[in-house]
Amino acid sequence: MATTSIHTPAKTRTTVAGPDRGRLRSPYSTWFYLPAAIVYGVLFAIPTFASFYFSLTRWSIFESKFIGFGNFVTFFQEPALVKGFTNTLIYAVVTSGTKVVLGLLLAVLLTSQIVARGYLRSVVFFPVLVSTIGVGLTFTVLMNPERGLINSALSVIGIDGPGWLTDPKYALLSVAAVDVWKGVGLATLIYIAGIVSIPGEYLEAAKVDGASAWQSFRRIILPLARPATVTVIILSLIGGLRSFDLIWAMTRGGPGFTSDVIASVIYKQYQAGFYGLSTAGNVVLFVVVTAIVLPLSRFLNRKEVEL
Amino acid sequence: MNTSRMIRSRTTALATLAITALALTACSAGSLGSSEEGGSDAVTLNFLVDNADQTLKTAEQLGKDFTAKNPGITIKVETRPAGSEGDNIIKTRLSTGDMTDVFLYNTGSLFQAIAPKKNLVPVGDQPFAGALADNFKSTVTADGQVYGAPYGGFMGGAILYNKPLYAKLGLQVPKTWAEFMANNAKIKAAGVAPVIQTYGETWTSQLFVLGDFHNVSAAEPDFADKYTQNQAKYGTSPAARKGFEHLQQVHDLGYENKDFASAKMPDGLKLLAQGKGAHYPILSAVVSELVATYPAAAKDVGLFAIPGDDAAKNGLTVWSPGGVYIPTSTTGAKLDAAKKFLAFVASKEGCDSQAKAGAVTGPFAVKDCKLPTEVPQVVKDMQPYIDTEGASSLALEFLSPVKGPSLEQITVEVGSGIRKAAAGASLYDEDVKKQAQQLGLAGW
Repeated sequence: MATTSIHTPAKTRTTVAGPDRGRLRSPYSTWFYLPAAIVYGVLFAIPTFASFYFSLTRWSIFESKFIGFGNFVTFFQEPALVKGFTNTLIYAVVTSGTKVVLGLLLAVLLTSQIVARGYLRSVVFFPVLVSTIGVGLTFTVLMNPERGLINSALSVIGIDGPGWLTDPKYALLSVAAVDVWKGVGLATLIYIAGIVSIPGEYLEAAKVDGASAWQSFRRIILPLARPATVTVIILSLIGGLRSFDLIWAMTRGGPGFTSDVIASVIYKQYQAGFYGLSTAGNVVLFVVVTAIVLPLSRFLNRKEVEL
Repeated sequence: MNTSRMIRSRTTALATLAITALALTACSAGSLGSSEEGGSDAVTLNFLVDNADQTLKTAEQLGKDFTAKNPGITIKVETRPAGSEGDNIIKTRLSTGDMTDVFLYNTGSLFQAIAPKKNLVPVGDQPFAGALADNFKSTVTADGQVYGAPYGGFMGGAILYNKPLYAKLGLQVPKTWAEFMANNAKIKAAGVAPVIQTYGETWTSQLFVLGDFHNVSAAEPDFADKYTQNQAKYGTSPAARKGFEHLQQVHDLGYENKDFASAKMPDGLKLLAQGKGAHYPILSAVVSELVATYPAAAKDVGLFAIPGDDAAKNGLTVWSPGGVYIPTSTTGAKLDAAKKFLAFVASKEGCDSQAKAGAVTGPFAVKDCKLPTEVPQVVKDMQPYIDTEGASSLALEFLSPVKGPSLEQITVEVGSGIRKAAAGASLYDEDVKKQAQQLGLAGW
């Protein structure tokens, strides 16, 4: 698919080659582009390049002083940074992986012939619609170690629940679990669309050939839902890498620095008034996310074409 | 027929909506206009304060009393979050010229960080500046200019303790850390949590470190200066590191309340007032909330300075009150009104008005102001420290512009056993370095 779309315009271009090829290629006059170009320039291009510049300055919002790569040096020496990076990766991989598995399972369930299927589908999707901060605050209350509903419920059956958000061992994973609860609806939706679009003939043919349920899942649904898997992985991985709001609402990176992710490290630097430093952090985050997601998306999409 | 009616009714609905929207805009524009006009001497000052209950109450009381004395000037109170989120708002609004006409903000290092020379109107030439306590004046002075009027009283960073519990167990107020820990052992044996910690609000975790500063400067008198010049560090100064070590000890011996990791300040006050916790290292400013919620605590809760090694040199670390400032964006009639307001805040009437709004947290920073006769025990216990020569000193953040932004996270880690004291102290030194560089101090 990708190759054809590249070839077609090339062909048209050669056939209409001539002195005013450019004019012909675009049906609009230059003025037509201007409004969009101005918006793009003012709101996107200039801030992006300005941020590259400010990442090289010591910027106190009132004034800025050029200091070369000092911010990047400081940023990489930041003790919380290594922790932030590891946590970000753990968070992204855990949430993304769980969403893939749970999303697929839920989608299989919700595409089967069950009662109230439409209603159940929307129920799975509801958490996606709720404000992240609201979800975060609600779960903070639920997960309170002494007075929270979760631990009270556990104590009824004789389990002494841990401090979900206050124990450094669990804090990050607790937030990740809430993230999954909130985000799995979207993954399920994408999977439902993917599974529904698989032609019924394949499953019928498999049934005629005597395939078991597991075999038709493994050999038909799983490979043919691959585009959905790719979308879910990319979306939730990007979401996980730049996740911030939920973590901030629930733990503020705490206790201490134990659930800090890159985004919260950057935000705290911004709060402290280290504007240059936090801009440098954002440049780093931009590079890291691109470096992870670009090859991954290439890899996953190539596989898709090969299939 | 049916459809056309539907279309018509939809159009009507749309038109109604549009008209309502128009009416609303007109309305807001009108009300804006009326506040600008309304006679030549009618001025409204917007006053930005943090959203703590007591601050808000005080601000409103001040506004009311000020307007009673100066008809024609109204004070409209706005709030902002406290802590680093609030710092952010202050800086952003100042830099965009969008600050309210007067605002309340910290004194000391945080005040230095908002570039007073560039953003604030100096008030040193105003008559009230002469009546300010010197300890306060130095914390709102930058480049030789005075910028603020004191809001509230001095505060102590100290240990609040439950007096009935002390009486019941026959304990004495400790003067040294060893005595303090001995008391803690007895309290724990009696089944009460010896030390209350509330890491649900991270700022409350810093008192063992910040409140220990009097003891630090007693042991190393030039610590603050050397610290500003990057010559003394928490990680390497034995006296300064004590604060972190104390915090770790308290955790290692299991002296904290069970829910220390998730409890918030009101929970801590509750434990203290009900005698379920014995000691709460905190700023004495919380006393107003404490007394408002638990009236008996006015008598039952006392204060002592954080004990150090040397009983003879033990003393109180004192926080300067917040300051009311005028940003440079305030001009004309508003500026005159704002100066009048600051003068009122720093006058005897201003102090009385603040005292009326709620419990006083400590001595006022204005020379003519006297504390009311009825003050909570906590404030009474502060007085001897302040009256005795050499028994109190300002906290480090008022003596040095250098204060790292992450101390509260570090102390939470040390107090929760996630990080050891020595590592925490060194980490804080790293944190401080960024702040010093940002301020462009020499030697960093």
